[in-house]
Amino acid sequence: MSAPMAVPLSWMLALSGVVFVIGLIGVLVRRNALVIFMSIELMLNAANLAFVAFARQLDSLDGQVFVFFVMTVAAAEVAIGLAIIVNVFRLRETVYVDEINLLKG
Amino acid sequence: MTLPLLWIIPALPLGAVALSLLLGDRLGRRGTAWLACGAVGASFAFAVRAALALAARPEEGRSITEVAYRWMQVGDFSANVAFLLDPLSAVMILVVTGVGFLIHVYSTGYMAHDPSFRRFFLYLNLFMFAMLTLVLADNLLLLFVGWEGVGLCSYLLIGFWYTKPSAAEAGKKAFIVNRIGDFGFLLGMLALVTWTGSLQYDALFSAAPQAFVAGGIAITVATLLLFLGATGKSAQIPLYTWLPDAMEGPTPVSALIHAATMVTAGVYMVARCHSLFQLAPISLEVVAVVGAATALFAATIGLAQNDIKRVLAYSTISQLGYMFMACGVGAFGAGIFHLMTHAFFKALLFLGAGSVIHALSDEQDLRRMGGLAKKLPWTHATMLVATIAIAGIPPFAGFFSKDEILHGAFASGHYGVWAVGLLGAILTAFYMFRLYVLAFRGGSRVSHEAEHHLHESPPSMIVPLFVLAILSLIGGWIGLPFQRGGHPFERWLEPVFGAGGAHGTMRPLSPMIEWLLIEVSVVAALLGIVFAFRAYLKDPSLATRLRERWPAVHRMLVHKYWVDEGLDALVVMPLYRASLRLWRFWDEKIVDGAVNGVGFLFEGFSVGLRLFQTGFVGTYALFLTLGAVALLLHFLRQ
Repeated sequence: MSAPMAVPLSWMLALSGVVFVIGLIGVLVRRNALVIFMSIELMLNAANLAFVAFARQLDSLDGQVFVFFVMTVAAAEVAIGLAIIVNVFRLRETVYVDEINLLKG
Repeated sequence: MTLPLLWIIPALPLGAVALSLLLGDRLGRRGTAWLACGAVGASFAFAVRAALALAARPEEGRSITEVAYRWMQVGDFSANVAFLLDPLSAVMILVVTGVGFLIHVYSTGYMAHDPSFRRFFLYLNLFMFAMLTLVLADNLLLLFVGWEGVGLCSYLLIGFWYTKPSAAEAGKKAFIVNRIGDFGFLLGMLALVTWTGSLQYDALFSAAPQAFVAGGIAITVATLLLFLGATGKSAQIPLYTWLPDAMEGPTPVSALIHAATMVTAGVYMVARCHSLFQLAPISLEVVAVVGAATALFAATIGLAQNDIKRVLAYSTISQLGYMFMACGVGAFGAGIFHLMTHAFFKALLFLGAGSVIHALSDEQDLRRMGGLAKKLPWTHATMLVATIAIAGIPPFAGFFSKDEILHGAFASGHYGVWAVGLLGAILTAFYMFRLYVLAFRGGSRVSHEAEHHLHESPPSMIVPLFVLAILSLIGGWIGLPFQRGGHPFERWLEPVFGAGGAHGTMRPLSPMIEWLLIEVSVVAALLGIVFAFRAYLKDPSLATRLRERWPAVHRMLVHKYWVDEGLDALVVMPLYRASLRLWRFWDEKIVDGAVNGVGFLFEGFSVGLRLFQTGFVGTYALFLTLGAVALLLHFLRQ
């Protein structure tokens, strides 16, 4: 597998980090709950990328297995999260998170 | 030898209480009455069985201990729920269950129309349980449990008609005054535990002579503290003021608790601890002097009271004084003997008075009675027996026991105590026959309405009166010197109090002096009786003339020496004002201030903290991120 034109680990980690930060910034700055949700997915996938990269580098399957778990959990989370967002929209007729501030102290 | 089953004697009334609580009003009046009387009656049967089993034993084996269960074990100290049957407690359980049973039966008639019929018998049974625990306990701690239990029941029953402010007030007074005595008792017990390490009678009394210096300060203080407890429970100077007020309770309660049983608990306790008191001669002197002083003091107040129950209350205080007088001079057997005969005739007097009050539609004032002998023949006959008995005319019960107390005082060289006792006997005969004459003889002063309803009491009330009358007549005969070396009652108590009843402090008197003493006390009683008849029947103006001759004395007696007023001004009001001030300052400023201060402090915190709760999900996510970054940096630096 160690072909001469293989992508080095550091590139993959850098990509993973960039995607993660894009996701993070998306979560912090966007106001639409759906976009925030997609950004979270980005962050999860950045983590997945890092797992896969290390798995390949270390010739170990553990990282790949982790990715499957993460994807399963993410799928479940999407199902629940979308349900919550749909319900919030029905109740408040908005999905903008700064308009959903009932817990303000 | 079968076990005497001691635990069942107090357990039966307690079981009746539990059953009555569980079944409630489903029992009905008849059921309640049967349950209450049945439990106490069965208790009496078991007490008789236990006493017979005890009597069947040889004299040195007459002490049976029965451990129900281990109560507590702390280091070297242990206390059990254990019951002790010996000649002394046998006498007590027979008196308590016997007289108690008669009064229960009487109550079914007396309280027949009361709306709280069930509650009354519930309290009464609970009282029987506590009193039997008190007398059967084999250690001072369990005795104290019964002691507090009877105090509670006394409070509940004095304030039985709690909608009446005076009754509620009297109950409270009885409870608080008793607390003072109980506090002394508690301290006394602590002192005994500190020095001897045990409260179990056998261990305590056998360890005491080594643990204490005879006549030393420690034992004197300990026994005086115990005696303080006794003065509270048995209404002696200075803690007697609650008993006259306790007459607010129903009359059977006055008969059972405030005459026959509970108030004698102090005498029982002192007699039970006689070996401790004998180590402290000063304490014994105090007991004798307080007893004699109370006997005379209460008798003088009794001369001028017009409420039939109050006369009897002061008479009870006075008679309890005689019992303490006996204990103080070392004649413990005589004290217990008087306790028993007094239980018979004083219960009878109260029940008779209750019958009169019942017949006169709740009239208690002697000035509105008179000439009842024909209207209430049975009550009159039994009351007359009791009055003669308490006055001390042979062959009625009171004569034997009172004479024995005076004999003990004289023989032990307490001539002053003897003289006071004799004077008290004259006064007793006088005020009791004053009561008798005012209530039953002469012309009727009964109000018109009461006259209309006048009726003799139902059989449920008359039968107990008769049984008690018979006991008041023959109850003293076991004090006749049938055999050499003391009479049967004294012989019976000998395993407890030792031979001779007085432990060598008594000088044997020559038969001539003994006869002289008996004659003097009989003459004293007759003197009081004759004078009462003269002043209130033959020549009623004599009483008025005496009153007008010494108005100051009369006023002093009517107002009971202003003791209640004095105590109010000297003790109660200062305490009340001090607690008011404490409440205003300490409670409201310091305690409430501290609590509210803590509240304000946290309110201030939260005002700052709530700034973080913006309600924007973004803010929370930002904090989350910052936290994660901080953790990351932390781990990277290592």
